[in-house]
Amino acid sequence: MSVSGSIAIAGVHEHETRWAPEKTEIQIMAESARGALADAGLALSDVDGLFAASMSMGAMGTVSLAEYLNIKPRYLDGTNIGGSSFVAHVNHAAAAIHAGLCDVALILYGSTAASNAMAIGTGLGGGSRDPNQAFVGPYGMTTVGSYALVAQRHMHLYGTKSEQLAEISVAMRKHAGLNPNAKMKSPISVDDVLESRMISEPLHLLDCCIISDGGGAVIVTSLERARDLAKPPVVLLGCGEAVAHQEIGAPDLLTLAAKQSGEHALGMAGVSHDDIDFCTIYDSFTITVLSTLENLGFCKPGEGGDFVSGGRIALGGALPINPDGGGLSNNHPGMRGIFLVIEATKQLRGECGERQVAGAKLGLAHGTGGTLGTMHSGATLVLARD
Amino acid sequence: MPPEFTHPKPAASWETRAYWEGAGRHELVLQRCGDCGVVQHRPRAICASCLSSALQHFVSSGRGQVYTFTVTHQNGVPPFRDAVPYVLAYVDLEEGPRLMTNIVGCDPGDVAIGMDVVVDFQDADTSDLGDAGGAFAVPRFRPA
Ligand SMILES: [Zn+2]
Repeated sequence: MSVSGSIAIAGVHEHETRWAPEKTEIQIMAESARGALADAGLALSDVDGLFAASMSMGAMGTVSLAEYLNIKPRYLDGTNIGGSSFVAHVNHAAAAIHAGLCDVALILYGSTAASNAMAIGTGLGGGSRDPNQAFVGPYGMTTVGSYALVAQRHMHLYGTKSEQLAEISVAMRKHAGLNPNAKMKSPISVDDVLESRMISEPLHLLDCCIISDGGGAVIVTSLERARDLAKPPVVLLGCGEAVAHQEIGAPDLLTLAAKQSGEHALGMAGVSHDDIDFCTIYDSFTITVLSTLENLGFCKPGEGGDFVSGGRIALGGALPINPDGGGLSNNHPGMRGIFLVIEATKQLRGECGERQVAGAKLGLAHGTGGTLGTMHSGATLVLARD
Repeated sequence: MPPEFTHPKPAASWETRAYWEGAGRHELVLQRCGDCGVVQHRPRAICASCLSSALQHFVSSGRGQVYTFTVTHQNGVPPFRDAVPYVLAYVDLEEGPRLMTNIVGCDPGDVAIGMDVVVDFQDADTSDLGDAGGAFAVPRFRPA
């Protein structure tokens, strides 16, 4: 039996906090684990695979986490490829479960980025002791700036407009208004985005994700086992990972990791773009969504501007994206990938209330890690209702 | 014209010293593989096309075109905090490779994709490094 169709997501939990100065990162992970285990109807003692990443976990990170939870898993994976890590963890957990190396995989993330006052987007650019950063450090590339380089190139080649990028922020804010836990709920217009202050041309403040605290947990197991648990299983049909980088000097900046990971995931799932009811796509910046949609093949290169306009990616549109409000309005604690998996799972279970995508049977989640302008990772999942 | 700023000093390693030593002589140094002929950047100890170690260094014309750019209006870290608005860009060199850089010597509003640019060097103060310092400079670009 192949991985496709034999593995399921059995439990999820998105931590309610958006501001947690009184909590630690690992505490948020543990509280998220409690939520996801309760969601699945499993106990901590059932967990035999532990997967985690965060902005501060380094060597020994998953071992330390195992101690905190007082568990002794037989499979550990601390893969950290940036914000897409947790999407990749689902792939890795599926492979491990399929190979019989663990049965119940717990994937965790926690962060206090906001209450620690981390300037995620505009805090880079000083000198660096890392020789690999020596070709970036002297020039003041911020995270926003890296994405802005891609946005500027896209506008130059295809005539993409700031108004079109702004449509993405407007749709995410509209969705956040339907999500009781979202950080930013008051509606915004295209003009609000265009009139917000410029951070790195052509990206305005409201083209950028917010900074919040937060965390989450996902439990992966075999479909067979998941069918006996508390919630309807969400089946993994396809997955893929990829990297994009500077190659030996002159890559096409508009060709993202999503092109490769998306092709693999959709190919493995044996589904076409028209079959997909909704997507959760890492929206670090508006350009990330537009460019990812093109690279995943939902539209041709250069057509992203039209694709996202006129409410087409809002609830009720042709392809709703991030019904939870995404990183642009719901939450963004630095590495947002886990929320893409959690929201896709909740949508496919049909438990999203006001923000539910009607009749959602098939969803695609795509995480990006790193920065589009230099090097990044991509991980894609195709998920289905059982 | 935006304020002039001093680029942070990058860390050089054994693999990249030829590039940075070249910059100190006001030469933009690239690598060419002696076996397969490919030109690569960033510099590294092997050819990333054929894994040969027979890499040779040569001096680029220093001429190129802006591939893309962004005028940065917010950066919380010095010296860039006080240098806004500054232009972060990628420049495609005549020899093929692309460099991340800053465009200086013009109004940020005058920078455009496809604009012809030429390398410019800002000498770095290495007096704090004593005898180990030597001539050192950071390449950036200005309108040709
Ligand atoms: Zn070679």
